[in-house]
Amino acid sequence: MLKEGQIRIPSGCAISGIFSKSGKRVSGESIIKSIATMHDRSNGLGGGFAAYGIYPEYKDYYALHVFYDGDTSQEECEKFLERHFDIINLSKIPTRKTPRITDAPLIWRYFVTPLPTKLAESQLDEKEFTARCVMKINMGIDGAYVFSSGKNMGVFKAVGYPEDVGEFYKLEEYSGYCWTAHGRYPTNTPGWWGGAHPFALLDYSVVHNGEISSYDANRRTIEMYGYKCTLQTDTEVITYIIDYLNRKIGLSLEEISGVVAAPFWQVINSMPKEENEKYTYLRNVFSSLLITGPFSILVGFEGGMMALNDRLKLRSMVIGEKDDMVYAASEECAIRVIEENLDRVWSPKGGEAVIATLNRGVI
Amino acid sequence: MGINYLYQEYEVSRNMDRCINCRVCERQCANEVHSFDKDKNIMRSDDVNCVNCHRCVALCPTRALKIVKTDHTFKENANWRGSIINEIYKQAESGAVLLSSMGNPNNYPVYFDKILLNASQVTNPSIDPLREPMETKVFLGSKPKSIQRDKDGRLINNLSCGIELSVPIMFSAMSYGSISYNAHESLARAAKEAGILYNTGEGGLHKDFYQYGSNTIVQVASGRFGVYKDYLEAGAAIEIKMGQGAKPGIGGHLPGAKIVGDISKTRMVPEGSDAISPAPHHDIYSIEDLRQLVYSLKETTNYKKPVIVKIAAVHNVAAIASGIARSGADIIAIDGFRGGTGAAPTRIRDNVGIPIELALASVDQRLRDEGIRDNVSIVVGGSIRNSSDIVKAIALGADCVYIGTAALLALGCHLCRSCQTGKCNWGIATQSPELVKRLNPDIGFKRLVNLVGAWEHEIKEMMGGMGINSIESLKGNRLMLRGVGLSEKELQILGIKHAGE
Repeated sequence: MLKEGQIRIPSGCAISGIFSKSGKRVSGESIIKSIATMHDRSNGLGGGFAAYGIYPEYKDYYALHVFYDGDTSQEECEKFLERHFDIINLSKIPTRKTPRITDAPLIWRYFVTPLPTKLAESQLDEKEFTARCVMKINMGIDGAYVFSSGKNMGVFKAVGYPEDVGEFYKLEEYSGYCWTAHGRYPTNTPGWWGGAHPFALLDYSVVHNGEISSYDANRRTIEMYGYKCTLQTDTEVITYIIDYLNRKIGLSLEEISGVVAAPFWQVINSMPKEENEKYTYLRNVFSSLLITGPFSILVGFEGGMMALNDRLKLRSMVIGEKDDMVYAASEECAIRVIEENLDRVWSPKGGEAVIATLNRGVI
Repeated sequence: MGINYLYQEYEVSRNMDRCINCRVCERQCANEVHSFDKDKNIMRSDDVNCVNCHRCVALCPTRALKIVKTDHTFKENANWRGSIINEIYKQAESGAVLLSSMGNPNNYPVYFDKILLNASQVTNPSIDPLREPMETKVFLGSKPKSIQRDKDGRLINNLSCGIELSVPIMFSAMSYGSISYNAHESLARAAKEAGILYNTGEGGLHKDFYQYGSNTIVQVASGRFGVYKDYLEAGAAIEIKMGQGAKPGIGGHLPGAKIVGDISKTRMVPEGSDAISPAPHHDIYSIEDLRQLVYSLKETTNYKKPVIVKIAAVHNVAAIASGIARSGADIIAIDGFRGGTGAAPTRIRDNVGIPIELALASVDQRLRDEGIRDNVSIVVGGSIRNSSDIVKAIALGADCVYIGTAALLALGCHLCRSCQTGKCNWGIATQSPELVKRLNPDIGFKRLVNLVGAWEHEIKEMMGGMGINSIESLKGNRLMLRGVGLSEKELQILGIKHAGE
């Protein structure tokens, strides 16, 4: 059977997200409880979490989370890391034995910063340098897979139900201002840990529920800009699109939602002149990055979280608010289970981005 | 008189029980096939002149006529086929190059017929275009590599000029001269009505049609006929014609006999002189020369018109396209070896060039590999026969298609492939006033609009089935395609998987 990346696997899913605008750090227990409520939306073939604000003591360093098939790949990867980065700290990521999570690879964490000489030589900025190194490892070192590479954030994922994955990684011991979670329902799977979600690059992480019909149009376009889609998953290509448009092109998240879940022409045509011109421009210039087909995504990034549905809203997604907390989930029950008394709860329209960011001056 | 070696290809079959001697067939046939025998009081036919254009069949009020392929035959020979023998007889008689019209009719593979489309099942929903918006609007032209903002942070429109189309279809270049005034009027009005563009070809632009300028592509070809400042400024885009799929490497020749009246004026060629388009542009012997012409045209029109460079699909089309994408052109049009023509040497038409499907796939991939796909849009033609060909072309990587033959068929053409005779009974490929008036532009334009509209509906149905609600998500989406009965090599060039994979 072909591994993830050698074949394209469609999947349905559950997603959930928690965000504190005041930067209050909460433990992983709530998000586990939330995603566990939607147990039936996953089938035990993939679960994972992204957490922001969890490494304050190392917040200036890239936190690389890496899966290894064995010692050889670890040795090779660590040699590579030593050649390109100053490694400030390294350790195994602590896990807890649970009968429901098996066949674990070696899971390591490195806090690194690019070697100044290497960085200068590359003529790249720090983020681009790091992103390229991550891609080099993932493509070039057999059995090594970097699945998290941002600062002050981390991804934790595995094959299994998400609540078991949370238990496995001892997420109750971490606390962050933003958590996203994913439970996967692939239609078939080789059961590879790297294939679980969230998918992340630098501090962008994406959890996604859906199956996009524009996949190959998006993939072939983004690959032209230097990305390599090794997993053949929607989540991977969506992450790269967001990274490209935000970090490299300089579009805001709101503008990005006007590209990937663009308003229909009939809506654009009825907009006031300035808006009309803006959305026409975005749809024209970035036409090949429009995403069609069902999706609901939660994008985590440094200091914020964005929830976005496809333009027809072909996947469910609900937003809830309570004081400074913002919740997003595939089903309302997954929010109510952790916050019963919401100030406000609503379903955003297709293509309408809900963006939560930290209040000014926090962190 | 020498021996006639040729036997007619077609025979007129007349049902004498139905024929009422109305003589419509006689009046309608410019080839003078039909005649009335006064003595016997019956209609007769001289099959030798029949081109099988169906004009008489379509107009016979009692349906007494049909045209059948003759069963007269040579001794069977898989190598020396009848058509090959007849061509030798013709050339032995005339000593001349064989001429043909319309696209290559020979039995080469049609890759569009070996590609199948995908549809959604279970894991994502198909979309019903009758219930949900389904978008087919496209923009052609180069895309900026970065964004710019004003001092308030608003995005500045830094797009260079382009083309906006309601559907990714345009009428391909057919000159006034190769086709009639009424045919041109039909195309121009249909383009306006359908929100698309038509193309003047190398015949200049008749003054009556300047009003359709915003739906017109004005062509600049090697003869430069009809080209002057007002012409360049009249259109929505300018096309430099480097080649044509039906006759790559060959120029054109409109005989002096056809350079009369308005055609002479429009082409800016004196009445009665031959209009000869050289095989190459004599100011373009290499890619750097093309760049100069591109920028000359842009300078002339103040950078307000996108420039299309049209080439024939030949063996190294990907490398040529890569050069064009760096030449300042906004759009590349590629014409496949099955593309039509008003007249071409038969040997060229039938043996030069490559299939558009393969050319398109390799050009799109090459431009992506080089990171320059955004520099240009790709338009393909030769031949696009129906809406599924369009969907497949776009999924292979095209931005838009050109249709020529299909548009003429909508106007009544029956593909008799005798355009070079100038005696088109349907009033399309002729300048004879009594034939031209047979094509009523009021009806012709409506039929073209109908065709484009019907195809638009079908494109939307197919997109909806795939769960795609905007055409830009179909562009280059090769996962939506599967090949059947194709070799590994063919699949590799097309960049698609085999059915079942």
